Amino acid sequence: MLKLIDVDAGYGPIPVLHAVNMEVGKGEIITLIGANGAGKTTTLMAVCGMVAPRKGDILLEGISICGIPANRLVELGISQVPEGRLIFPDLTVAENLDMGAFLRKDREGIHQDIEYVFDLFPILADRRHQPGGTLSGGEQQMLAISRAIMARPRLLLLDEPSLGLAPMIIRQIFDIIVKINRESGTTIFLVEQNANQALKIAHRGYVMENGVITLTDTAANLLDNEDVKKAYLGI
Amino acid sequence: MGRMEYFLEIFFGGLTRGSIYALIALGYTMVYGIIQLINFAHGEIYMIGAFTALIVAGVLGSLGMPGYAILLLTLPIAVIYASAYGFTVEKIAYKPLRSAPRLSPLISAIGMSIFLQNYILLAQTADFLPFPNLLPYFDLPDFVGGILTSSEVTIVITAALVMAGLTSFIKFTRMGKAMRATAQNQRMAMLVGVNVDQVISLTFIIGSALAAIGGVLIASHIGQINFYIGFIAGIKAFTAAVLGGIGSVPGAMLGGLVLGWTESFATGYVSSDYEDVFAFALLVLILIFRPAGILGKADSQKV
Repeated sequence: MLKLIDVDAGYGPIPVLHAVNMEVGKGEIITLIGANGAGKTTTLMAVCGMVAPRKGDILLEGISICGIPANRLVELGISQVPEGRLIFPDLTVAENLDMGAFLRKDREGIHQDIEYVFDLFPILADRRHQPGGTLSGGEQQMLAISRAIMARPRLLLLDEPSLGLAPMIIRQIFDIIVKINRESGTTIFLVEQNANQALKIAHRGYVMENGVITLTDTAANLLDNEDVKKAYLGI
Repeated sequence: MGRMEYFLEIFFGGLTRGSIYALIALGYTMVYGIIQLINFAHGEIYMIGAFTALIVAGVLGSLGMPGYAILLLTLPIAVIYASAYGFTVEKIAYKPLRSAPRLSPLISAIGMSIFLQNYILLAQTADFLPFPNLLPYFDLPDFVGGILTSSEVTIVITAALVMAGLTSFIKFTRMGKAMRATAQNQRMAMLVGVNVDQVISLTFIIGSALAAIGGVLIASHIGQINFYIGFIAGIKAFTAAVLGGIGSVPGAMLGGLVLGWTESFATGYVSSDYEDVFAFALLVLILIFRPAGILGKADSQKV
């Protein structure tokens, strides 16, 4: 579904990614783990069109998406839950969800999807008329995920969804990610520092260090890998 | 005239003036809300709207058209023309500087303002030109006759309708939501599929249209215009926008009215010499006690 081929990317004069190769299959949950500053977010930024790769290519179902602006990629089925959630603070929960479906015209389908996300996260239904900025961190993360799936994406990018949340909420959110993957067949690309949680739900994983992919394997094997255990799982 | 009548006359005078300030202030505040730029050329857009109306009304008048028909044709033409200017100014003077330091587009805006003023000065004249009264005249009931004029009624009602329309556009339509979303977080707006360039252009077009409506109304009311009216009105409307809380749409409306009333009451009860003194003293006071303006929110931290 998604393929990164020898991607180099960075900000201004600063290079971040070096010859990154990744492949995300249709219907898979893929996780990219690594330390702070390894280049995980930059990888996502390159995929969603916010950072242009300097070298290499990014293919979505075989077609290059390099140079397509972020807002057009939403049309092609890429949707994102960004780091820090980026809820629209003065829009209500319902309006935030409606913004998620910004490019869709099918009122009926949008209505169904709103019911679907209220089903996933009933708390959002209770808070639907509240401004997004008044929600707690966990609720904002739920809203960010819901807003992203309102676009009915084929590929869902999640950047550190566990950041700053209580363990109970993290578990709930990861359960929902698995549920979205199973029920809608949405392909999921999950960037996480919380390697343990991420590898538990992912099919395959990539490990990134200093902008380079150093290891890739099935999630189960990575969980057993001695180096990964030492560096990322704190065992 | 009784004291009460005098008070009411001043009150409605201030309301009229304030509605015009509000219409222009909306352009400042909306643009600031979206791209954090004080568009100093906005006053000139208002002036261009008035000049367009003057020319169109002159041509139509010479064809012997009745007054109301002239107004109905002139207003949309002035709005379209001014919007085209606002749209173009953004594309030429601000868009190339979007990722530059914030001072650069500000200076570009001042340059645009000077350029447009001088362009009209050269293309037209430095003298004040008489502006025909396009506003319909109708008889008001006797008891309000001494207090307000039919022009004032037309201006206040038109401004109120336009602002109500704008408010519901921003609140209820998807494009309005996209405008608010872009103002709150431009990057995230892009990530849900909003074409931010389009939203910015639309903001300039709407702001310019409102300014042009204000320009036509007030020029008809006062009866004369020149190339410099945009500067004065721009400064006043900008003050109104800051007063109400720059970036806040209801703030601009409220700020316009508060400023209009302040000037009107200062003129009516103290002296017209002190009109501006009171207006700016009020601004200073509000900024001391509420730095973000009446309805403005203190800069929220981006998390």
